[in-house]
Amino acid sequence: MEFLTPPPVRRLSGTTGSPGAHSNGNGNGNGNGHGNHKPAFVGLRPRVTPATIAIDRMQVEDLSVDYGRKRAVSEVSLPIRQGEVLALIGPSGCGKTTLLRSLNRLTELTKTATSQGRVTLDGIDTATIEPTALRRRVTMVFQQPNPFPMSVFDNVAYVLREQASRRPKKRVLQGAVEEALARAGLLDEVAADLDHPALRLSGGQQQRLCIARALAANPEVLLLDEPCSALDPRSTQVIEDLIVKLREDVAVVIVTHNLQQASRVADYVAFMYLGELVEYAGAPQLFSAPREQRTKDYVSGAFG
Amino acid sequence: MNMTDALATAPLPPAPRRNASSASWRLTDRLGLAFAWFLGVLFCVITAGLVLYLFVQGIRYLRPSMLVTNPTAGFNENQTGGFFDPLLDTVVIAVMSMAIAVPVGIAIAVWLSEFGRPAALARVVESTIEMLAGTPSILLALFGTLLFEAPWLGFLSRTSGHVVFGRSFFGAAAMLSLLALPLVVSSVRTGLQAIPSHVREASYAVGKTKTTTTRRVLLPAARPSVLTGSMLGLGRVIGDTAIVLLLLGNTPTNDPSGSLPILSFLRGTGSTLTSYVFYNAPTGDGDQPGKAYAAAFVLLLMMLALNVGVDIVGRRGRELRWNS
Repeated sequence: MEFLTPPPVRRLSGTTGSPGAHSNGNGNGNGNGHGNHKPAFVGLRPRVTPATIAIDRMQVEDLSVDYGRKRAVSEVSLPIRQGEVLALIGPSGCGKTTLLRSLNRLTELTKTATSQGRVTLDGIDTATIEPTALRRRVTMVFQQPNPFPMSVFDNVAYVLREQASRRPKKRVLQGAVEEALARAGLLDEVAADLDHPALRLSGGQQQRLCIARALAANPEVLLLDEPCSALDPRSTQVIEDLIVKLREDVAVVIVTHNLQQASRVADYVAFMYLGELVEYAGAPQLFSAPREQRTKDYVSGAFG
Repeated sequence: MNMTDALATAPLPPAPRRNASSASWRLTDRLGLAFAWFLGVLFCVITAGLVLYLFVQGIRYLRPSMLVTNPTAGFNENQTGGFFDPLLDTVVIAVMSMAIAVPVGIAIAVWLSEFGRPAALARVVESTIEMLAGTPSILLALFGTLLFEAPWLGFLSRTSGHVVFGRSFFGAAAMLSLLALPLVVSSVRTGLQAIPSHVREASYAVGKTKTTTTRRVLLPAARPSVLTGSMLGLGRVIGDTAIVLLLLGNTPTNDPSGSLPILSFLRGTGSTLTSYVFYNAPTGDGDQPGKAYAAAFVLLLMMLALNVGVDIVGRRGRELRWNS
């Protein structure tokens, strides 16, 4: 992907950058490529080490989305950066999924949806980008694992091929497919059965295949819509570790209902309530010292 | 013998839990249960009796030579030959009809399920398909005879001077495909609608268009439904008599028209197993009941094979699914 102007690179202040001790208790053996950035678990509140760099990727500016007359997202502005994981939290129906879906214009598939405001990707208004091109740069993983009814290999190759084409051929794509599977930490488990139907994988493997699929397009932003809510705790941990590793290469936005999860993986957290962005802050601050009363109530479990 | 009768041989639903003894039920409920059981068993007995009777008669009268000899005129069973041409024509007619019904049916189902705009047109198409499903085949046959006698369709059948005969494989297959169409459409549509919307969105979310998604994700996922619908449709086509009688000419053997090798065959007339049975039944012109039983037995075997096929395909389709 080429940019008209190089995206601004910004050093974060106050990062220690020192890798903490990673209590990798369940011994998941895959993908240790980013050993320096393993999450450091501190006390009861596991926290990840902040990434050392942050690159501005997307900018949401006064975005409002309506479904018919109902306002789902109301004048939200926030930045999305590579090198950081942004978590969107809030009670059901607060517009966090709508906000996520409007980042790659998936909301347009809903007939009644209209939106105002602007979302930019690397400085370019997403409204001016062809939707299919935009969605290859801002890919998404869904709540339910949804591999396509084809082989593991073809699931990833489908993304790499031009629309419905069956080309390039398999052996040409082998490297790219394996790379995407490796980035999703799945290659070791499925290397022997790339030709097996993807729907025969376990739920956690299916979800990582979906992540591999989303990564195969080599996107700048990865959107995750409650990616772990259908998974068991162990698969959840594998995917959370993966998310933290991925933020170096791609901006990650995750919608989650699980506050512990948000505190485990996110660098920044946006708390939404009734379509409004109530508070956007660094994860430690938002969870330990929220500025807004509503955030405090939600984080401490008063509602939601 | 049609598909619905054959389907009724499927196993009974599981019996109500015995330990939740129906003895504690109200009398009317117990009577109702007994009546339901009686009807269910009665239905099975009737169907089983029918199938068994045809089996016994079929095995009694069917000779392997009948499968390779053609019907001839004669006064007794030894002279009237077999039913090679009707058997061949059944296969030809089935292939032709499905060649029309399956692609058209899939196209309509995809349009209804995935696009469906303008909504008013979709509703019209939907009720048209429903109406077609409920149309007696004799009405389609009658309409077909009028349609294919039209001068501009003369190239599809035998003509003499300005008179278009209007009976041919083309006409019969076209009308028979209308019988299969609603079954294909409704099955494919159900299959497509059973695919959760997040699967479609997952394809859009990696930059694929709706057309690509339909071709590469949705139709492969709906393949068991496509096969089930096709087999149900095939059953209707093979089992139909009215359209064949009126539109295939009902000549005991094939009667080609013209000189081009395959086209002459398809422009000509013939008969299928159903019309052969009709002709040879005790009430028919041929009145060779033994031949009718033998042909009916072959027809029954084809139907049973189709039913088993539908069952296997349907079972396999349930294996790999997403959570909704």
